[in-house]
Amino acid sequence: MKYEKLGIFMGKKTLKLIVLLIFVCVASFWIVEQSPIDPVRAYIGEMSIQPEQKAKMEEYWGVNTPAHEKFLNWAGSALEGDFGTSLIYRMPVTDIIKERFASSLLLMASSWVLSGILGFVLGIVAGMKHGTFIDKVIKTYCYILLAAPTFWLALIFLLIFSVNLGWFPVGLSVPIGVASGDVTFFDRIHHLILPTITLSLLGVASIAMFTREKLIEVMSSDYVLFAKARGETGFDLVKRHGIRNVALPAITLQFLGFSELFGGAVLVEQVFSYPGLGQAAVAAGLRSDVPLLLAIVIVSTLFVYSGNLIADIIYEFVDPRIKQQETRP
Amino acid sequence: MKNISQVTTDKKDKSDALLKVKDVSLSFIQYTSGLRQTELKVISNLSMEAYSGEILAVVGSSGSGKSLLAHAILGILPSNAQLSGGMEYNGYDLNRKKKEELRGKEIVLIPQSTKYLDPLMRISSQVIGNTDGKNAESRKNLQRDIFKKYDLKPEVEGMFPHELSGGMTRRVLVSTAVMESSKIVIADEPTPGLDEKNLNETLSYFKNMAKKGYAVILITHDIEAALKISDKIAIFYAGTILEIAKSGDFAGEGEKLRHPYTRALWNALPQNKFHAIKGHHPMQDEVLEGCFFYKRCSTGNENCSKCTPKLKIFNGGMVRCNNAA
Repeated sequence: MKYEKLGIFMGKKTLKLIVLLIFVCVASFWIVEQSPIDPVRAYIGEMSIQPEQKAKMEEYWGVNTPAHEKFLNWAGSALEGDFGTSLIYRMPVTDIIKERFASSLLLMASSWVLSGILGFVLGIVAGMKHGTFIDKVIKTYCYILLAAPTFWLALIFLLIFSVNLGWFPVGLSVPIGVASGDVTFFDRIHHLILPTITLSLLGVASIAMFTREKLIEVMSSDYVLFAKARGETGFDLVKRHGIRNVALPAITLQFLGFSELFGGAVLVEQVFSYPGLGQAAVAAGLRSDVPLLLAIVIVSTLFVYSGNLIADIIYEFVDPRIKQQETRP
Repeated sequence: MKNISQVTTDKKDKSDALLKVKDVSLSFIQYTSGLRQTELKVISNLSMEAYSGEILAVVGSSGSGKSLLAHAILGILPSNAQLSGGMEYNGYDLNRKKKEELRGKEIVLIPQSTKYLDPLMRISSQVIGNTDGKNAESRKNLQRDIFKKYDLKPEVEGMFPHELSGGMTRRVLVSTAVMESSKIVIADEPTPGLDEKNLNETLSYFKNMAKKGYAVILITHDIEAALKISDKIAIFYAGTILEIAKSGDFAGEGEKLRHPYTRALWNALPQNKFHAIKGHHPMQDEVLEGCFFYKRCSTGNENCSKCTPKLKIFNGGMVRCNNAA
């Protein structure tokens, strides 16, 4: 019974995803088509070339092919699993995505976990100490973080920790001038720390504020009052009733934050020259690399959609209250 | 306070009251329009006593602050509440620290509804409560025994609060109270929404508790239900107690009752005269001068509009009325 329901739920979600993907691809394609950037010009840059070379390049970039034909060509081969070749990197798009997504995923996953844990702990502390000095400090900290733009924070961090203090490298994901076989695990971690911290800061603020608010609400509920009447106090009370009731919505929110995470990653990767998907997205957009851009759009759509899907599943299938309501005839 | 004790010592009960509430007032500091503070008085100069083996019903209309009385006794009022007056438990001063020590152990609360149960915690864990490892086993067994006694099936243990029916919720909430070796049980509105059968069953639980020697304080708006089982009825009106009468006093046309409000309440019942009293219960922010009941009273005189009557002994009960003599 339960699996049947989950099956129907997933079926519906898959249909929605397909419709969404089609819409997102068409829209992105149309926007790139409308872009005033001449891809050939952007590609040539400052070089001087002959008119016949330019004509060849225009053919290569498909400048003169009608838009709908271009899109259908792309869509046809994409359905067969061929996403074409990136025009700027001159490599199969799938290879670029694989490589870039792996390093982006490492960055996003580590900052997602970090922001989730740190934010939840801060939120619980602020909520428990509601109205006290500690609460005010945490609240102020969160407001500042929420107000500060990510890229600006990233620049400040670079300035302080990389340039002035020299604790972390200024950019990239591996040391410069080292053969890829010689790059150690520690090197990668070392390059990852500063971008991860920067990216997680934004998430910390929203999850901490939410957890705080929710905990205050739970702690003023009737069931906490009754628990108090039964002699429960202090951290035991927060542990038994507070965290239990706050955890699920907080985790849901953290999954819903996938879109912000991806958006933040684009900026952070740009500032730290971290070779991830976000940086590739900026390059592809600025230089009209349509195959790469569309592939990134698809991957990011899938990524954000899966975050929302997990949040929905938690909401519909993990929370015992909702589970019960739906199984009632 | 000597006089209140006299009233009750003259009957069967020779022992002293287990819980004494003396002249308790409760108000809340509220902010109105900007930073202007106002004091909202919800309980004023309330006195009452609860005895072991007896059921005292505190009867008053909904939203008149009866639950806050329970919260005040347990010491679980919100932080903006201001409490004055004194309480005594078993001869000791019942101060904040003592309340913290006793609540959930010797003084227990039976709350109104399923809202007072953690929505995400299974019933057995809630009934057992917070225990350390070494007690867990014995508390689990105790919970099983209690569930058997209250006819709660083993499946209930694993359920969540929203899966319980009204009657089951009631029995679960009562179970939480008997898990402890308590002496005072405060039941806050235990009867609304129950059908005749469940109602009588619930009331019988309290009757049994009293028989076992608990002091039961039954907070309710349902005077009929209260009369079925209580030994004494305290009439709660506008944040204070207007009369404490024995259940037996509620008879005929209320000739034995001491306060005009109690009499009006009794005569408003369908099986009696079914005659409604004029006016309405004062709003919580209304400032009352003189007798709280003056505006609705048919026997009130000029003195009543100025002078707030004190709770005094009259005819084997207590009454707060200038004209009772």
